[in-house]
Amino acid sequence: MSQKYFTRMGDGEGVWMTKEEIKNDVIAGMEDAVVRGKSQPLDDSEIDQLVEILTMPEKNVSVERGNEGIVTFDAGTLKLPIRSGIPVDRSTTLLIHERILCSDTMELCNTDYSYKAIKNIVPEEGMAMEQAQMNCIMPIFYGAMPNMGLYTKPDGPVDNWAMLLPEGKIKEAMAAQEEAAELCKNDMIYIGSVMAESGACGLQFDTCGASGDADAYAALGAAKVLSEKYPDVSITMGMANEFHLGMHGKLKFEGQRVAGQYPAKQVKSVEAAGAHSYGCVVNTNSSKSFAWNLSRSVTYVKEATRVANIPVLVNAGMGVGGIPLTNTSPTDATTRVSKAMLEIGKADGL
Amino acid sequence: MAVMHEMAAGMGGIRTAGDLVARMVMKGMKIASAKEYVANKLGCSVFDLADSAKMKEIRESLDIGTILERKHASTGMAAKIKIAELLDIKIPSVELFKKKVGKGF
Repeated sequence: MSQKYFTRMGDGEGVWMTKEEIKNDVIAGMEDAVVRGKSQPLDDSEIDQLVEILTMPEKNVSVERGNEGIVTFDAGTLKLPIRSGIPVDRSTTLLIHERILCSDTMELCNTDYSYKAIKNIVPEEGMAMEQAQMNCIMPIFYGAMPNMGLYTKPDGPVDNWAMLLPEGKIKEAMAAQEEAAELCKNDMIYIGSVMAESGACGLQFDTCGASGDADAYAALGAAKVLSEKYPDVSITMGMANEFHLGMHGKLKFEGQRVAGQYPAKQVKSVEAAGAHSYGCVVNTNSSKSFAWNLSRSVTYVKEATRVANIPVLVNAGMGVGGIPLTNTSPTDATTRVSKAMLEIGKADGL
Repeated sequence: MAVMHEMAAGMGGIRTAGDLVARMVMKGMKIASAKEYVANKLGCSVFDLADSAKMKEIRESLDIGTILERKHASTGMAAKIKIAELLDIKIPSVELFKKKVGKGF
């Protein structure tokens, strides 16, 4: 009887699989990324390396000495005081990360993690950034999502394209997205400017493309303006998906159609926007095994790092980057993602 | 999640040279170039950058902040002013601070 190894499904449930079953899923996951994203396949040694990582007997694993990368965080100051309910304020959260958790960077953010929502409180957010910068040694980003859907009626001024499209009002839906993208871009530029002038080390545009290609288009446009206006402020752009949904379909940024871009093309658009790093996102399929998901994610990441001229920082939170889709991701899975992304995917960090 | 990734693959923040390498990655440098740049500025090897014992000595000697408070040691903005000089980069908050106090140091 073949030896079985403890591993997981994409929803975090523990399963026992043979090495052959794990390898078969690694190959199948890789092939999915090759077919869908036109990524180059992993070579035989990389497949074997990934199977080795997946079948290591240790509960938690780590990169070999010298292979470390830097670690960044989205929704940075949401995690301790809001999600975990610890009664500390955001500036204390930053210092806990700096001096206790030893994070390489951290992000200051608002509970409503959308640029539109921050517009009303941006002077106070700027003051919080100034105060944080006086106390912190490590780099501090300010971050939020474009979240372009918030500009639709009744919360915003623009007709809802998700309602127009099923009615066959294609031109109206496209026009609504173009109008929302302009509003979204302008808000990101305004808030980004306040934060830059408050001393932020960097700006994070997180989950770009969550409302489709126009959402990503708005963020790329904002990054281009801000990167020229504030060359010493680092801009990082994290994606919403491994490809931009074509809700509009015809928008182009710097001559390239945004809809349908996979990581290897997303990173080139981010470069063209003048951003300094790219956050690759590959969504986890909870019905497939951890081996399938991690292999698929690593294949996408490796293709992005192969073509990138800027650092690639892989999004490896709940339900992305091969991490199981659960709020309490098991440490065995999370640390295997860390190792595989840096050592096989050749990522610059997470 | 933060602890897991940092322990498994992170540089180690101000416990090591993680914040310094991060500052160069944030400038758009790939990780290998960023490590090499920081190691050259610190006068140590790339291998030393993630060694907390080695980096404690280096950080204390340069007075650029560590995880532990020490008598008369720099932290926060004071440490960052030294980091900007050490790495030969502009740190936006340092520039803002200089402007506020009317100094061009």
